Amino acid sequence: MSTYTLVVNDKTAEINAADDTPLFYVLTNALRLKGPRFGCGLAQCGSCSVLVDGVETRSCVTPVSDVQGKSITTLEGLAARYAREKGLPQTPELHPLQQAFIDERSAQCGHCYNGMIVKGSELLSRNANPDEAEIRREMNGHLCRCGTYPRVIKAIQRAAREMRSMGKQD
Amino acid sequence: MNQHTALSRRSFVVGGGSLFVYFALPKTQAAAEIARGSFPPYVVGPSAENTELDSWMVINDDNTATFNFGRTEFGQGTLTGMLQIAAEELDLDMNQVSAANLDTAVTRDQGMQVSSSSIEGAAPSLRAAAAEARQALMAMAAERLKVSPSSLRVSAGIVTTVERSGPSISYGDLVKGTKFSIKVTGTAPLKPVADYKLVGTPAARVDTPAKMKGTYEYLQHIRVPNMLHGRVVRPAGQGALAADLKVKSIDKASIADLNGVQVVQTGSFIGVVAEDEWIAVKAATQLKVEWDIPAALAGCSHNHDKMRAAKTDDRTLVDTGDVDKAIAQGLHSVSWTFKGPYESHAPFAPNCALADVRADSADVYCATQSLFALRGSLARCLKMKPEQVRVRYFESSGTFGHSCYNDVAQAAALLSQAVGKPVRVQFSRANELGWDNYGPAHLADIRAAADANGQIVAFEYQGWQHGWNFTIESTERLAFDAKIERPQPSPASQVNKQTAGGVYDIPNWRVVSHNVNALEGYLKGSFLRSPLDISISFGTEQVIDELAYRTKIDPIEFRRRNISNPRWLGVLEAVRTASKWSPHVAAEKKSGDIVRGVGVGIGTHFSSYGAAVAEVEVNKKSGVVRVISLVGALDPGLAINPASVEQQIESQLIHAASRMLHEEVTFDEKGVTSLDWERYPILRFEEAPLVTPVVVSRPDQPSTGAGEETMAAAAAAIANAFFDATGVRMHERPMRPERVLAALRAG
Repeated sequence: MSTYTLVVNDKTAEINAADDTPLFYVLTNALRLKGPRFGCGLAQCGSCSVLVDGVETRSCVTPVSDVQGKSITTLEGLAARYAREKGLPQTPELHPLQQAFIDERSAQCGHCYNGMIVKGSELLSRNANPDEAEIRREMNGHLCRCGTYPRVIKAIQRAAREMRSMGKQD
Repeated sequence: MNQHTALSRRSFVVGGGSLFVYFALPKTQAAAEIARGSFPPYVVGPSAENTELDSWMVINDDNTATFNFGRTEFGQGTLTGMLQIAAEELDLDMNQVSAANLDTAVTRDQGMQVSSSSIEGAAPSLRAAAAEARQALMAMAAERLKVSPSSLRVSAGIVTTVERSGPSISYGDLVKGTKFSIKVTGTAPLKPVADYKLVGTPAARVDTPAKMKGTYEYLQHIRVPNMLHGRVVRPAGQGALAADLKVKSIDKASIADLNGVQVVQTGSFIGVVAEDEWIAVKAATQLKVEWDIPAALAGCSHNHDKMRAAKTDDRTLVDTGDVDKAIAQGLHSVSWTFKGPYESHAPFAPNCALADVRADSADVYCATQSLFALRGSLARCLKMKPEQVRVRYFESSGTFGHSCYNDVAQAAALLSQAVGKPVRVQFSRANELGWDNYGPAHLADIRAAADANGQIVAFEYQGWQHGWNFTIESTERLAFDAKIERPQPSPASQVNKQTAGGVYDIPNWRVVSHNVNALEGYLKGSFLRSPLDISISFGTEQVIDELAYRTKIDPIEFRRRNISNPRWLGVLEAVRTASKWSPHVAAEKKSGDIVRGVGVGIGTHFSSYGAAVAEVEVNKKSGVVRVISLVGALDPGLAINPASVEQQIESQLIHAASRMLHEEVTFDEKGVTSLDWERYPILRFEEAPLVTPVVVSRPDQPSTGAGEETMAAAAAAIANAFFDATGVRMHERPMRPERVLAALRAG
C-alpha cells in the first residue's frame, strides 16, 4: 500500500492503494464517482473511460501509480473542463455533448454513456467539426448493447454545431 | 390523437430521419380498452381486482402521485410509458407522477418483466387502478364543492367546475391526511382513447436527465456500511447444464500474499471476499482451484448434429391441409436446412448485486426481471422464509432477457451469510459471458412450394431446440446440487408458429417442434430478446424469398399476394415506402468483388407486427458483410410513446444486425470459450447501419409490446439482401467471413 495524491476534476485527493490498483477502483470506491463504470476490466468496451491530461484512458487497466500528478477528468468534471477550454465565465450545468444526448434521445439504459461522452468530448476538443466517418472511427472502441450508435453519432454532430456556434458568439 | 384523425387512410409524417404512420381512427371510435394480453399468470402476476387501491398509489400533499406498480425501467423506456398511462387516466401532467423503486416490501407483484409484456400485460391493471382513483377523487370533489360529479373537469390534478368562476380543489387537498381505503373493482370507466392527451405523445423519458447528468443511481453505485467485496471463482466458462461439476481441491496458499481474503465454499460454489475490491479481484484470479469438469457437451461445431440425433419430445403445433401432397404437386419447391447458434445476452455491464444477510432477515439489491421469484429462490438458498428476504431493484445496463442478475444475487447472499457482513459481488466479463443463460441454438428443416401464380401452396417447418428452466440459477445448483427438472416446452422455448409461416395464408401448413432434452449435454438456456425468433425467421423468410425468386416475382409483391391480415400488410407497406423499394426479381447478376443487395423480411415475437428492409454490401474476396441500412416498421397497436417505440425499433435493428453478423457462443466439450468482447464480438460504431424506424400506430387497437418484435424481420431482411447481392443463400448464422466465404465457394 502506498499513498497517492491524485488530481481528479481539479480537486486534490490523497488515497491509499496498492501500486497495481487500477485507477477505476480508486475513482469508484475511494472517491465514489458515478461516471466511470465497470464494463470488462480488459480495456475492450470503454465503460470506465476518463480523461488523463485530456486523453481518453481506460481506467480499468491503468494503475493508480501511473497517474500521480496528472490531471484526471471524469464525467463529473467534463462541463468544468469545457468551460475552461472555451474560456466561459461560468461552468454550464452540462457539457454541450451531454445536452445533445438529451436532445437526440440518444441514451437507452445509459450505461455506456460515460465512455461515449468522455471519448466524444475528447474528440470535439481536438476537432470542432468531425465528419461522420471520423466520428465512427474515433468511437469504434466504445461498445453499446442497446443499439444507440446512430443517435450517438447524431448527438456528437449536434454538439459540434452547438460548440462551433458558441465560438462564433465569443 | 385528434390531430391525426383527419389524415387519409394513412400518411407519413417525416421528421428527424424517422417516420410515423398513423392509421386513421374509425369514425365510431368506442372507448378502446387496453386489453390484458394473453400472457401466463407468472408473467403478469395476480389480477388487480379486489386489491387495495392505496397499495397502487399515494396522492401526495403537493398534488403529485407516487405509484407502486410492479414494472420499472430496464433501459427501454417502460417506466415512462407506464407513467404516461397512469397520468393520462388521472389527468395529471408527467411532472406530477413518479414511481417508487421496486421493493418486495412495498411493490405490487406484477409478475416477471419479460417478453415486452409491461404495456400489454401489466399496464391494464395500473390503468384500472388509476381510473378507480379518478372516480373516487371525483366523488370526493363533488361532495367538497357541493356540485354534481358530472359538472367537474380535471387538468393537472386540479378539479374545477365547468363554470369558469366556480370553485376548485387539487387532488392533494382532497386526499390530504387520508387514504382511499377502497378496493380496485375494475368497473371504473376508462378514459376514451379519443380523449387522450398524453398517451400517444413522445413524452420525454423520465430517467434520461439524471442519467445524462451522471447523478443517476445505478445498482453498481450502491454501497452500505461495513460492506465487503466478493467475487465468484468458477471454471472460466460453464459446461453442460446438468453435468456434475466438482471441486477437487482448493490451494489457499496460492493467495497467501493477499491480506484479509476469506475463501467461502458451499458445495461447488466458491467465492472470495475482501475489504478492498482490487484485492478481491486479484484473489478470484489467483486462487488455484482444481475442478473435475465432465466433457458432456458436443462442442459448438457438432451441436446441431447432436440435436438432430436426439430423442425428442415432438409437438405438432399446426397441421392443416395435406403438406406432403401439396409439395409433391407444387411447381416450385424448396427443401432446406438452417442453423442458428447459442447467443449470449452479453449485457454491457456484467451483473452485480449487494446482499446484507443477518441471522433472521436479508436485504438484497439487484437488477432482476423477476423480483418475487428471486425472493423465493434467495429464501431457498439462505434457508429462510420468503417474508424474511427483502429484494430491491436498481437499474443496471440493458439486459434483454435472463442474464446473470439472479445468479449474482444468490452469490452475494451466500457470501454475505458466510462472512456475516454485507457483500457486494460484481461479476467479471468472463463470468457474465461464460455463465450466462444463453439464447438456445436452433436447427430447422423447411419444405415449401408455390404455384405458377406465386401462391404459396405448402409450408412445413420442423424445428429442433431445447427448452430452459429459469428457476434454478448456477449459484444454487453449484452450492446445493439443486436438481434441475427437464424443461418443458413453453411458447417462447419452442417453435413460434407465428414466425414459422403464420404471417401467410397457406392452405397446407405444418409446424413441428422437436423439443430436445436440455439435460442431455447442452448449455444452460433461457429467454433472450426475441428468443428463437431470429433463427426461425432466418429460415422461414429465406424460403419465402426463394419462392418469390423461383416464380420471378418481386419479393414484396410475392408476400403481398400471400398475406391477407391488414396489420402484416400495413408494416410491409410501411417499409416498402420508407425504403423507396424498387420492384425487382432478386439476385440479378452483379459483377465485381464488392456487391450490394436489398432484402425484405417479416416477423414478430408474440404480439405486434414487424417488417424490415435491409441493404447489405458483401466483399466476396474477404467474406465481410456490411449492413448499410435497415428500415424497420413495428405495429404495436396504439403506440403509448411513439418516440420510445422508435428508439426500440432502432435498438432492435442494430441488435439484429449484430446477431446476424457476429454473435455466437463458442464452446468445446468442457465449456464455453467465448469469454470476452474479442471472442464474443458485437456490432461496433464503424459497422452500424443507417437505421430508419417506422412506428405504425393503430389507436383503435390494444397496445402490445415494442421491445423485440422487429428483430426477426430485420434478421431475415439481412439474409435476403445477402442473396440479392450474391445469388447465394446462407444456411447458418452468424454470417462471419469464413462462413460466408465457404458459402460463396459452394455457390
